[in-house]
Amino acid sequence: MITVHELSKTYKDQTVLNIPHLDIPKGQSFGLVGNNGAGKTTFFSLLLDLIQPSTGHIDSHGVVVNTSEDWKPFTAAFIDESFLIGYLTPEEYFYFIGELRGQAKADVTELLTHFEDFFHGEILGQKKYLRDLSKGNQKKVGIVATFIGAPEVVILDEPFANLDPTTQIRLKGIIKDLAAKSGVTVLVSSHDLMHVTEVCERIVVLEKGQIVKDIVTAPATLKELEAYFSGAAAPSPTETVAAADISPEDKTS
Amino acid sequence: MILQFISLEWKSFIRAASFQTNVAMKILMGFAALYFILVFLGLGVGVFFMIEKMELGDPFEVVNRYMIYYLAFDMVFRYSMQKMPVTNIKPFLYVPLTKNQVVRFSLLKTVVSFFNWSHAFFFLPFSIVLITKDYPALEVLFWHLGMAALIYANNYINVLINSMSGVFYAFVVTFIAFGAAHYFGWFDLTLYTAPFFNLLGSHLWACLIPLALLGIVSRAAFLYFRKNMYLDAGLATKQEEASTQEFAFLNRFGNLGTFLKNDIRLILRNKRSKMALYGGLFFLFYGLLFFTGAIEVYDGPVWKIFAGIFVSGGFLFNFGQFVPSWDSAYYPLMMSQNIKYQDYIKAKWYLIVLATAASMVLAMPYLYFGLNAYLAVLVGGIYNIGINGYLVLWGGAYIKTPIDLASGKKAFGDKQSFNAKTLLLTVPKILLPLAIYWVVALFASEELAFASVALAGIVGYLFKNKVFQIIEKVYKSEKYKTIAAYKQTS
Repeated sequence: MITVHELSKTYKDQTVLNIPHLDIPKGQSFGLVGNNGAGKTTFFSLLLDLIQPSTGHIDSHGVVVNTSEDWKPFTAAFIDESFLIGYLTPEEYFYFIGELRGQAKADVTELLTHFEDFFHGEILGQKKYLRDLSKGNQKKVGIVATFIGAPEVVILDEPFANLDPTTQIRLKGIIKDLAAKSGVTVLVSSHDLMHVTEVCERIVVLEKGQIVKDIVTAPATLKELEAYFSGAAAPSPTETVAAADISPEDKTS
Repeated sequence: MILQFISLEWKSFIRAASFQTNVAMKILMGFAALYFILVFLGLGVGVFFMIEKMELGDPFEVVNRYMIYYLAFDMVFRYSMQKMPVTNIKPFLYVPLTKNQVVRFSLLKTVVSFFNWSHAFFFLPFSIVLITKDYPALEVLFWHLGMAALIYANNYINVLINSMSGVFYAFVVTFIAFGAAHYFGWFDLTLYTAPFFNLLGSHLWACLIPLALLGIVSRAAFLYFRKNMYLDAGLATKQEEASTQEFAFLNRFGNLGTFLKNDIRLILRNKRSKMALYGGLFFLFYGLLFFTGAIEVYDGPVWKIFAGIFVSGGFLFNFGQFVPSWDSAYYPLMMSQNIKYQDYIKAKWYLIVLATAASMVLAMPYLYFGLNAYLAVLVGGIYNIGINGYLVLWGGAYIKTPIDLASGKKAFGDKQSFNAKTLLLTVPKILLPLAIYWVVALFASEELAFASVALAGIVGYLFKNKVFQIIEKVYKSEKYKTIAAYKQTS
């Protein structure tokens, strides 16, 4: 169970995230959608204690993440390529993560055999360092690494971006299984409404740091989201001006 | 067009994330540059009279004789320090500019480099002195022109060989061989090169030779760049064939072993960290300056400790100094993984300790210079392990410049080493042991002075756990700032 209390993040006088309250029950597959700058990555970074909250806190399985490090053993994440170590081969990277998570080498090897399909023969035994893999293949490595050591919370930022169609479909299966069979809480953000409605039991829409929708996924959800975003995609003229006013200040800060 | 490029350069400088440290660094670098300028200037004005006084022969000819070494040193210096102009080319590939324009600007940028114009501070005053000393003015002027052409030729040769490290190392080895042969009197290269430089000084037409050379190499550099301006050619990042390395023997150290394995891979597989390692090995020879009595000012006994600290601490200063920046590319991963800071920092500390211990063993040959010389290395090593090992890690917490592991440039005299807090930390790192030694040696004996410095190290070691708690606290309090800073790639 992840609980958010009065959480906000402010840079100078611009509030980029403000979530008074949010509960994510254990074993839920939770989807986060929103346009650029809505605060998705900010939320995930707060959840991983990579940035400090301005107010409030997040409680993950009874651990307040910005005061204790005890959330680390049961949490795994792939946000971007800064979660990869470029000079390692994929195998070395997996074993490294495995060792940090207290997994024997054989266990990691066993786990990897389940993802042979997913890797499509382009990851293991390729004599390449991670830095030399394509973006898509790097992403595959990062995603699979989060499954090592049976974490209870898995956080994936934009996992579908950069993946080829086959892998996208396989990844959807993997994520659904994780939540349904193993009781893992999966947090996913995506710009692809179709994928996210397919994979997630619950979808939260962020806009300018605020929760504007909190939907339990149903057959009508995709339509609802599409309707919302086609409206939100064209903000009223006054809003555009306000946004333009803010940006230069933002850059100088 | 050029103006636009220049304005872009300016913006990339003032808008860099590390601008503030940049300015501090620029100021410090300014001082360093000023120092070099003064040295050059002093040399330019004084060398004539020095040679005259030492009665080595006609000063102009003596300078010409050694000019080949001057140029060779310039080459080495450039290769290791001068930045290549390829950065920032990629975005220009798609815009409506001809490739020739982009290449020309990139090469033009190197012309105004410090590495070129600093030489003027030597050549200008030297030429003026020559003329006032009644050397034929016109000939001197043309000699000057020829030398300028050679310096610029070096500039373009550097651009050309920059991607061919093999050629460079062959060049260095050849020159060291020639230098040694000269020193031991087997073969004197300068006998064959001096006539060329003398020719420059005596015949006006001779300056056409270096000018032609300059023309050829600048053209070659241009064509080379032009030809390689493709994403899969000159602008491509080189791929190496990866080999999996197990280091299974480290497994017994548990979590610590995991980090150690990773750090060893880090050092072996990245250009920048390899340079730190080589730099560390190079420091082993630093003691020769002190113990051979080659440099008079270093003869004081206090300097032995100074030497000892650097001989045993080469790796500590070259690598330890930049912890945790080595992990900057994947710092968020490290910070969200199931690890404790203490383990992370301790692993780095053990690596430094191991390397320092190894340096102490490798420094054995210093016994040749007497027991005291090696004792100084041992004592310096103990101090490094006991005190400096912590201090570099502590200082590292305040260094927030990400390291580009793939780039070997900027490995020396980097802005990363300059920052008020880290500068302040050099006091206990180097000055404190010198002071301890000096005071004890003054009132007691040299042996006791050695013992006191070593004792300081041992006491430091005993407080290991306490110190690690403090360092951990510093790392924690700096964590968010560090993550944010590492995101900004310069």
